Amino acid sequence: MRNLLPVLSVLGALLVLWYLAVAPMNIRVALDQVERGGATVIPEGSVERRDVSVWRLMAQNSAHVKTGYALDRPRLPTPAQVGQELWKTTGAMAMKGRAWSKRSLIYHGWITLQSTLWGFFLGTSLGIIGAIAIVYSRVAEMSLMPWAIISQTIPIVALAPMIIVVSSQMGVDGRGFPKAIISAYLCYFPVLVGMVKGLRAPEVSQLDLLKTYDATGLQSFLKLRLPASVPYLFTSLKVGIAAALVGTIVGELPTGAISGLGARILIGDQFGTPLAIWSALFAAAILAGMLVTLLDLTQRLALRRMGMQA
Amino acid sequence: MSALFAALVFWGAAWALNIWLANSRFSTTRVVRLVVPVLFGVTLLVLWEGIVRGLNVSVVILPPPSMVAQTFAASTDILWIDFVQTVLKGALRGFIIGFLAAFICAIAIDRSAFLTRGLLPIGNFFAALPIVGVAPIMVNWFGFDWQSKAAVVVVMVFFPILVNTVQGLRATEAMQRDLMRTYGATYTQTLMKLRLPAAMPFIFNGLKIATTLALIGAIVAEYFGSPTRGMGFRISTGVGSLSIDLVWAEIAVAALVGTTFYGIIAWIEKRVTFWHPSQRG
Repeated sequence: MRNLLPVLSVLGALLVLWYLAVAPMNIRVALDQVERGGATVIPEGSVERRDVSVWRLMAQNSAHVKTGYALDRPRLPTPAQVGQELWKTTGAMAMKGRAWSKRSLIYHGWITLQSTLWGFFLGTSLGIIGAIAIVYSRVAEMSLMPWAIISQTIPIVALAPMIIVVSSQMGVDGRGFPKAIISAYLCYFPVLVGMVKGLRAPEVSQLDLLKTYDATGLQSFLKLRLPASVPYLFTSLKVGIAAALVGTIVGELPTGAISGLGARILIGDQFGTPLAIWSALFAAAILAGMLVTLLDLTQRLALRRMGMQA
Repeated sequence: MSALFAALVFWGAAWALNIWLANSRFSTTRVVRLVVPVLFGVTLLVLWEGIVRGLNVSVVILPPPSMVAQTFAASTDILWIDFVQTVLKGALRGFIIGFLAAFICAIAIDRSAFLTRGLLPIGNFFAALPIVGVAPIMVNWFGFDWQSKAAVVVVMVFFPILVNTVQGLRATEAMQRDLMRTYGATYTQTLMKLRLPAAMPFIFNGLKIATTLALIGAIVAEYFGSPTRGMGFRISTGVGSLSIDLVWAEIAVAALVGTTFYGIIAWIEKRVTFWHPSQRG
C-alpha cells in the first residue's frame, strides 16, 4: 500500500502528458476539419500547412486547438475519448443486454480469453512435462534445453500465418486452435525454466533424508520436489499467462481473424477508426491485468494453505 | 512410405546414440555437449523431411526442409534485401533507440526514490501487456517505411529494459554503498564504479528479452503496411500467393537472425559480467 501514492502520481503525470500531446498530434486534422466547415485557417489549404511545424500552426490558430480534443477520427484520442468508447462497447452494451453482440468488446474479449486459456493450459502442461523430463533424464536435459532457448529467439509471428495455413489445410475448424498453438509456444518457456528451477530447489540433505526413509522415486517426487516447486510454478505462471495473451493477440493480428481483441485492432486499422484500436488495446491491457491479479491471488491463497508465505 | 520408415529408423538410431553419449564418461566434454543438441535438431529435420515425403504432403501446405534449403540458396538476393529492411533498418535502430531511452530514463528515475516506487509497478505492468497491438497506430503515425517499424520496436523494448535497469541499479548492498561513502565518492563515481557494474547482469537480462521482442515488433509492424520489401511483407504476401517455400526460407532467416542476435548479446554479457557467479565455472 505504501506504493499507492507514488503509483497514482506517476499515472496522473502520464495522463497530463497524454492530454498535452493530443493538441500537437491532432492539430493538422483539426485544422482540416474546421477549414471544411468554413472557418479561416492560417495558412490556407492542407497542402500549404504540410511544411509548417505543428507548434507554429498551434500558435497561429490557437482558437482551433480545442477542436483537436473532440475529433471523430483523431490521430491520438484523448484518454476521456478512449474511456467513453471503452464504456460504450462494454458496460453500456451489457446494461442493454447486448453483451454478446458482435460489436461488444466483452464478446471479443471472451474469444481472446478462450484461446489464451487453451494456449496457457497447453503451454503450461508442455512446460511442466518438459521440466520433469529435464530434471529426471540427462539426455532430455542435454538435447531439449538448448532448443528450448533457441525456440524463444525465433520470432513466432513469422510462423503465425504458416500455422494457420497448415491447420486449416489439415481440416482443423475454427481459428481458435492456431491461436492457442501460438500462445502455447510463447507461454511454455517461462513455465519450463521456472519448473526446472523449482524441481531442483530441494537440497541434497532433504533428498537424502527421503532416501533414508526408503522413499520411492515417485514418493520423493510427490512429497518433496513437487511441493517445493509450487512457489516457482506460480511465479512463472504469472509470466506465462501474460505471454499467452500476447501470443493470442499476435495470432489474431496478421491472420485476418474476425473476432477477438486483436481482430478489433486489425479491423479498426482497416476501417480507419482509431478509437476502436485504442479501446481494444486498453481492453487487452485490462484483461492482462485481471488474469495476472487472479493468479497472484491464487498464489497467495495456495502458499498460505501450504504453510509458505508469499 | 520408405522415406517415412527411413526417418523413423534414423530417429531411433539418433535417440539411442544420444542416450549413450549422455550417459557415457565423455558426457561432460565440450564436444558431446554440442553434439547431443545438434543431433536432436537434425533428427527433427529428418523426421519432417520423412513425414512430408512419406505421406506425400502437398508442397503448398508444408514443403520439405531440403526444398526450403534450395529456395534459400536460390533467392539470397531477395532475402538479403528483406534482411536489410526489417532487421538492420527497423529492428536494430529501434532496439538501439529503445535501449538508450530506457537506460537514460532509468538513471534519471533512480535519483528519486518516490519515482522509482511509482514507476516500477507501472513498468512491470506495461512489460506484461500485448504492446504489439500499437503496430497499426505507429504505421499510421510514422508512415510505411522503417521509421514506423523502429517506433514499434522502441515501445516494445522500452519497458523490459527500463524495469530491469531500475532493479539492477538497486541491486547493490548497503554495505557496499557505505564503503563508497567512506571513500568520499561522488554520486557519479558511485554510479560508474559500483552501481552500474552491479546492474549489468540485470541490464543484460532485459536486453536478452528485448532481442526477441525487437524482431517480433519489426515483423508484425510490416503486416500493417510496408514498402514492397521486408520479411513481414514477404511472409504475408508469400502466404497469399502460395509460395510457401519462400515463406519458410524467411522464417529460417528470422530464426537465424534471432538466435545470432541473442548470441551476440550473450557473448557481450560474458565479457562484461565475467565476475558474476553465473558466468564463472
